[in-house]
Amino acid sequence: MREEISDMSEDDETGERARWAPDLSKNRSDDSDSGPGPPIGDSPPPFSDQVLENVLENVLEFLTSRRDRNAASAVCRSWYRAEAQTRRELFIGNCYAVAPHRAVERFQSIKSVVLKGKPRFADFNLVPFGWGAQFEPWVKSFGAAYQHLERICLKRMSVTDKDLTIIAESFPLFKDLTLICCEGFSTLGLAVIAERCRHLRVLDLIEDYLEDEDDEVVDWISRFPETTTSLESLVFDCVTCPFNFDALERLVARSPSLQRLRVNHHVALEQLRRLMARAPQLTHLGTGTFRSEVGFGEVDPNLDLVSAFGASRSLVCLSGFREIEPEFLPAIYPVCANLTSLNFSFANLTAEELNPVIRQCHNLQTFWVLDSVGDEGLRAVAESCRDLRELRVFPLDPTEDSDSSVSDIGLQFISEGCRKLRSILYFCQRMTNAAVVAMSKNCPDLVVFRLCIMGRHLPDRITGEPMDAGFRAIVMNCKKLTRLSVSGLLTDKAFEYIGCYGKLIRTLSVAFAGDSDGGLRYVLEGCTRLQKLEIRDSPFGDASLISGLPFYYNMRFLWMSSCNLSMRGCKEVARNKPNLVVEVIRDVVEEEEEEIEAVEKLYLYRSLAGARTDVPAFVKIL
Amino acid sequence: MEGEAPRLLDLIPKDRDWVGKGVCKVKNGIEEKLELRLGLPGEENEKEEKQSAKSAFSLSFSENVSKRTFLGSVVTNEGKGTERKASGAPPVAHGTRTINSSIANNSSQTITSNAPVVGWPPIRSFRKNLASSSNSKSPLETRDEGPVNGNKADSDKKGCFVKINMDGIPIGRKIDLKAYGDYDELSSAVDQLFRGLLAAQRDPLVNEKSGGENNQEIKGLLDGSGEYTLVYEDEEGDRVLVGDVPWKMFISTAKRLRVLKTSDLSVSSINTVSRKRAATDC
Repeated sequence: MREEISDMSEDDETGERARWAPDLSKNRSDDSDSGPGPPIGDSPPPFSDQVLENVLENVLEFLTSRRDRNAASAVCRSWYRAEAQTRRELFIGNCYAVAPHRAVERFQSIKSVVLKGKPRFADFNLVPFGWGAQFEPWVKSFGAAYQHLERICLKRMSVTDKDLTIIAESFPLFKDLTLICCEGFSTLGLAVIAERCRHLRVLDLIEDYLEDEDDEVVDWISRFPETTTSLESLVFDCVTCPFNFDALERLVARSPSLQRLRVNHHVALEQLRRLMARAPQLTHLGTGTFRSEVGFGEVDPNLDLVSAFGASRSLVCLSGFREIEPEFLPAIYPVCANLTSLNFSFANLTAEELNPVIRQCHNLQTFWVLDSVGDEGLRAVAESCRDLRELRVFPLDPTEDSDSSVSDIGLQFISEGCRKLRSILYFCQRMTNAAVVAMSKNCPDLVVFRLCIMGRHLPDRITGEPMDAGFRAIVMNCKKLTRLSVSGLLTDKAFEYIGCYGKLIRTLSVAFAGDSDGGLRYVLEGCTRLQKLEIRDSPFGDASLISGLPFYYNMRFLWMSSCNLSMRGCKEVARNKPNLVVEVIRDVVEEEEEEIEAVEKLYLYRSLAGARTDVPAFVKIL
Repeated sequence: MEGEAPRLLDLIPKDRDWVGKGVCKVKNGIEEKLELRLGLPGEENEKEEKQSAKSAFSLSFSENVSKRTFLGSVVTNEGKGTERKASGAPPVAHGTRTINSSIANNSSQTITSNAPVVGWPPIRSFRKNLASSSNSKSPLETRDEGPVNGNKADSDKKGCFVKINMDGIPIGRKIDLKAYGDYDELSSAVDQLFRGLLAAQRDPLVNEKSGGENNQEIKGLLDGSGEYTLVYEDEEGDRVLVGDVPWKMFISTAKRLRVLKTSDLSVSSINTVSRKRAATDC
């Protein structure tokens, strides 16, 4: 279902990456995928070397992993050149880690770009609006350099309609636009893409925020060319503006390759039926509003809906289900057994309503659900979905003191039933160490463990102890763990365990945890593979920040907000590490010019580009 | 929604400790002293500013400080000292505090709860507001009422159908709010809609008002004088009495209607009203 998103967040491939201090004078950075090669512009090699280089290029064409490519580029000058010429995908994990012109100078034949911008906590409103991550300088550089660019995938970037227009105008072979958690564009830009990208195969808009005024909404769906299209994927559930449904129906009818379709909430069941009739070959379907548009008892679309699903033999992934009327759920029974991915995370269902559906989903590997199903609902999941790899349980009422009906009991059920679990995101109000320990033992394949106990500083609900023991078990027993989010009452001990056992952890999220500087220190010193560390509201101060100095060049970024940091400590870091960009972000820009000693938000990241030039007033680069 | 708070609150027993916008400013001496505050004792008006949900820094500190001591000193944005100790109240996450005005601004009635922290729990905006039956679109986006031709899916343009349920009647109905011009028309439409059903449900032997063997008129929906009262759920999932906002505003914010027994009103609304989310949590 959201394979794209999962891939994006766990973007670093497994591979050996030992701790080392990069030789930054030769401009090596993992984010920009540069190898530590020699400067470009040396004399061409003699003839025999030329032959070797050609052979090498042919071989390197097959090398796709960017880790391997980085390694290859480090061998020698000619390998560096050959690798640069044969790289087809450019991955930039932090758009400020390298300047666009530099990337474009080194890699000249790029067909696919993946670019990430804002830190993840921007999703939760911790990064003020206007912070940065504009796509504009990038699209302009790409537009000038990469005629053969086919794919652009952006995450947490600020993208304008003008940028979209540049895409449409610059890349005649453009095929794939994927925008995840982006903002700044509107239906106007989408219309340009639809109209001018004649070879478009994928238009995936995932969790974006569109700018739209009521009177300026453009019916972009109508702008696709009237001929047969090569569309394979059209995802627009986050585009909340209304659109011309008839145009969509016609578009689907003339897109024989369409496999993935996710519509927005303006599509109700009657219309869904029509779309499905046009595209029985769909593999991924995102329903709109899962209710009848007309009043009760007037039209019964149920029968047709059942046959519509019955005819969709290829469906493996279902999502949407907004404003669900559960009486229509039985319509999906025909496809349940084939489903590998099911997203009920917008469906307010009880355990009773979930049960008959989930009992049939034996092949489910990915399941997203709301906690409205309760521990009982999770028991049904555990009993039915033995092959489950990824589970996400979201809160129906995402406030701290809501009545969540999932708890340690549900987690225990899942751990006992879904032994192959690799990834879990679990929101709850109450948890016990015992359940977390059980999961660590029953699900040794866990790669991602994200537990969010919504009440801050909550201890084990039965023993009253901190949650240290649970997370200790996780890092000890789950030997493949690369991503961890912690919550609940945690002392420095928890971080000691994480630093001691969490040797593969690349991404760590910490909130309202720890006692003292020691906690952060344990993590920085112990987690040798750490790439992304985001911390909020925890009592870590300057001393702990400075203790991480030897390690920051090995990380993509560090985010710390509402901790114990001061300008003194941050300045020392900036002074000590010239290739780190140290940003201090304030929420409110005071009129007075005097510097405030306390640091609200710190965002530091390694970079070849130095201090960026597009800083807003509330960001200070030290 | 300005005028509703007092009305609904009048029906809620005081011992439930509900606090609404109007009541927020009224504190008795004891409550004031037990209140968790962010400023130094006595700095009453600073609390209002600081407790705005945006200022996560100071809010979270008042939480953390009460649990463990920090090394080093911390200075808040405004340069004032953070209170080092919570004044009296036990430092558990479920401790209650009075609502601050910035939250109460958005609600007609609120529940005593922790002051919300920005970005916590870590849920993206479009996943909020699922508890109500309203659309779960992000509050950052404007309402989708743009005119697009020839599309039946333009529910906002063509009609505004909302569900309406009545206490005691298992089957709900849908009505088009845009079909009525004012509250009186709505009230009589509701009466028409449910009169027959209600009569069928009722034990014919129990006859409070005269009305013959046939249907009894459902009256007094808007002013609390009748057996039933009309209530609606807004975009944020709160239950609000019908009748206090201008009609046009009502149409655009009402997501669902309910006809509740007037006598049940206080109990049911306490049990079922959804909690307020912070204004800046969007």
